[in-house]
Amino acid sequence: MSDQNIASDGSKAATPVASTTSIGDPQDMTPKEQDFLKAKSYLLTASTNTGLNLYDHLSMVLTRVLDERPDNVVDVFEDVSKDAKRSKFTSDVDTVQEKIDRSTEVALAQIQKKLFSKGEGEEEEAAQDEEVETPLPNLMELCFYFEQAGIGLNREEMIRVWLALKNLVDNHPLQHLRFWGKMLGTEQNYYVAEVEYREGDEEEEEEEEVEEAQEDEPPEEKEDDEEGEEQEEDDTPKPEFKPPPVTPKEDNKTGVNKKFYFVCNDPGKVWVKLPPVTPAQITGARQVKKFFTGRLDAPMVTYPPFPGNESNYLRAQIARISAGTHISPLGFYQFDEEEEEEEEGEARDHFVSNLDFEGIPVRELIDPSLSNWVHHVQHILPQGRCSWWNPVQKNEDDFEDEEEEEEREEPDEPEPEVGPPLLTPLAEDEEIGNLPPWTPTLSSNLIPQYAIAVMRSNLWPGASAFGMEKKFENVYVGSGHKYTQENYSAPPPPPIQEEFPSGPEITETEDPTPEEEAALRAAEMEAAEAAEEMEDAEEEDEEDD
Amino acid sequence: MDSVGLHLNIDYVGSSGVILSPEQKAALQTSLVILQNENKFNRLYFWGKIFGVKEDYFVAQGVSKDEFAGRRNFYSKDCIRWGLLPPATQAMRTQSKLAKGRFTGDPSYEYEHTTTKKVGEGEEATDEEETVTIKEEDRLASVIAEIDEDVRIVPRAAVIKTPTGQVVCNRSFEGLTVSESAKLCNYMHFREPVVMNQKPLLQRANLDKAIDFMDSLEEDIPRGSWALQFERGSGLVVLRSLLWQGYVFYHVPGTRCQGSVYCGTGEKNLDLPFML
Repeated sequence: MSDQNIASDGSKAATPVASTTSIGDPQDMTPKEQDFLKAKSYLLTASTNTGLNLYDHLSMVLTRVLDERPDNVVDVFEDVSKDAKRSKFTSDVDTVQEKIDRSTEVALAQIQKKLFSKGEGEEEEAAQDEEVETPLPNLMELCFYFEQAGIGLNREEMIRVWLALKNLVDNHPLQHLRFWGKMLGTEQNYYVAEVEYREGDEEEEEEEEVEEAQEDEPPEEKEDDEEGEEQEEDDTPKPEFKPPPVTPKEDNKTGVNKKFYFVCNDPGKVWVKLPPVTPAQITGARQVKKFFTGRLDAPMVTYPPFPGNESNYLRAQIARISAGTHISPLGFYQFDEEEEEEEEGEARDHFVSNLDFEGIPVRELIDPSLSNWVHHVQHILPQGRCSWWNPVQKNEDDFEDEEEEEEREEPDEPEPEVGPPLLTPLAEDEEIGNLPPWTPTLSSNLIPQYAIAVMRSNLWPGASAFGMEKKFENVYVGSGHKYTQENYSAPPPPPIQEEFPSGPEITETEDPTPEEEAALRAAEMEAAEAAEEMEDAEEEDEEDD
Repeated sequence: MDSVGLHLNIDYVGSSGVILSPEQKAALQTSLVILQNENKFNRLYFWGKIFGVKEDYFVAQGVSKDEFAGRRNFYSKDCIRWGLLPPATQAMRTQSKLAKGRFTGDPSYEYEHTTTKKVGEGEEATDEEETVTIKEEDRLASVIAEIDEDVRIVPRAAVIKTPTGQVVCNRSFEGLTVSESAKLCNYMHFREPVVMNQKPLLQRANLDKAIDFMDSLEEDIPRGSWALQFERGSGLVVLRSLLWQGYVFYHVPGTRCQGSVYCGTGEKNLDLPFML
């Protein structure tokens, strides 16, 4: 090939290297051998830039190729060569052999390892546990059905969640526990667990909340003080505007706060309890559309301003999604007949599972009329509560001056907001434009006799449920946004404040001209004189008397 | 994602809620092999799933030697019978943007879009209604093309451009390192470059022509339209597009294992600027 060229111009450069080679006297060699020597010495010339030489490099590359024997090696030859060069610069001997690997992968594995270890003395308790009913759901069984339905998470992840839930059960007195779903965020995700506390045991938890409530109160007191001061001074005008009363939040175990929610970013990490949701947060969440970041304390930068941080937004979205998408086969739950008599007139918010439930055939469950599925979570009213609260009635309870109250006209009794009652069939769900709210499907068309019914919500994409015989479960995996046909647009800013009605008392009069002033002054003088005269006259009269 | 080893790779995106039922997996494994064989594809990708109101579409994409040229898309509703989708022309794509709402699940369904036009001038002007019908099959083809163009990504150096201009898989790709995979600049849009050609020559001078021939994600607008997350600590990197919600890309750092799948409603998230 190009051996001759190399040999001819390589003679100069090769001299220093050639002297070190162990081949004998060049005069004894045939011309071919001489050429070979020249060529080799050229190849051995070290680059002035990197200090490498082609001979060693080629032998290294060829050794590597022969060792690895990749297919069609000529196609990747450049890369092999490049790799060989690169490896020169990295030392393959790790100088810090005892270095602890601090990568996040190891860190997480360390955290999750705890999930897989059995606590001390647990084995002894195992026998007892069998007798006591545990609130831990059989997630693996549910996972099996989810997988049939093509929803939920993959199996290995479910196991981790399951173990994490077990952890939750061990640390809290829970009556009921359910894997609610997974909320996808931009930085991290949330795994959500839905819990109910055991009767009585929740007192501790409530105490915590009372403390929280007390923390909330002080600012209000301050406001009262300020008002008091203002009244004393009586100088600054007090605005007549009174903010509309804040809709009170629903008590724990009722309405939107019926259940508690725990979230964690990764199975094995700490479960964090979400605060109860207030109506203002629900109505606020309806007006904004925002991605979750994955940090509970992240501020919500939105318009209109959202009352709270991401944990409150998350809790509000969970409440909305639960109310919209938690469904069960018709007849699985029924109203408690005893309670029914007590609470007449009010919407019933309590139900018990029906022990006589026979199960609905799968064929009927996927009936497009959707009448065999019911919502088992209360509808949230526009007010942000499940049970309607009358804002007027509250006003009267406010301790204000009685006189004021009498003066004020009684506002009209507002129309109570009414939502569909509990256990309403899905058939009553409103359509989204012309889109049906639910898509029922069968998990398998090939073996329909063993298939399960799958319901997918179109209103809350990501929410789905399966049902078969007596089993059903809901799960949500998504980013927590409601589907709307129209694109989101932020609500417009409030209308401009009305101007003060212009009347004579606030209209500016024109300045009088000098002539007018002079005339006025003259008139005043005259009047004064007249008055003096009058006074004089009066005095005279008095004197006369 | 490559149809070879689909049943294993689909687990990487399971954490984003992309799940195939065992029946679908089994069916796909059978039918995709046949599809690839019949059409003499060099590689066949399982492209993803588009949810319809009544039924879902499964989409597969076959490529010949060149990854860019000669892409052909197929759709199926039962994972067994595959139908060829027409290539998405520019006219088709502009027209199908008019179609609003979800896919129905019936490829022959026709969307209607009415626009009112003013005809004539001055007082004689009359409103005239013009109705455009868009076939769902065409819309499906257009949406797939849109998603491919907007969000389909590959790690840097996973594909290379040969001196003859062909775009092929890089046999020497050994995966990104963990620290590399945390940066958006190491992911490329898997499409003909758009932004790249507008860059000044000075910036392009130092690029490796074989590798950096596509746009990187770093300059995507709006900033933050990708959610990059590490799962299993750093054992798996997942990128979710917030623009086309449902597009998930995965890569196991340090290995050749990478792929992406779209599993969503086929609607672009136009609310994105409000949501960040």
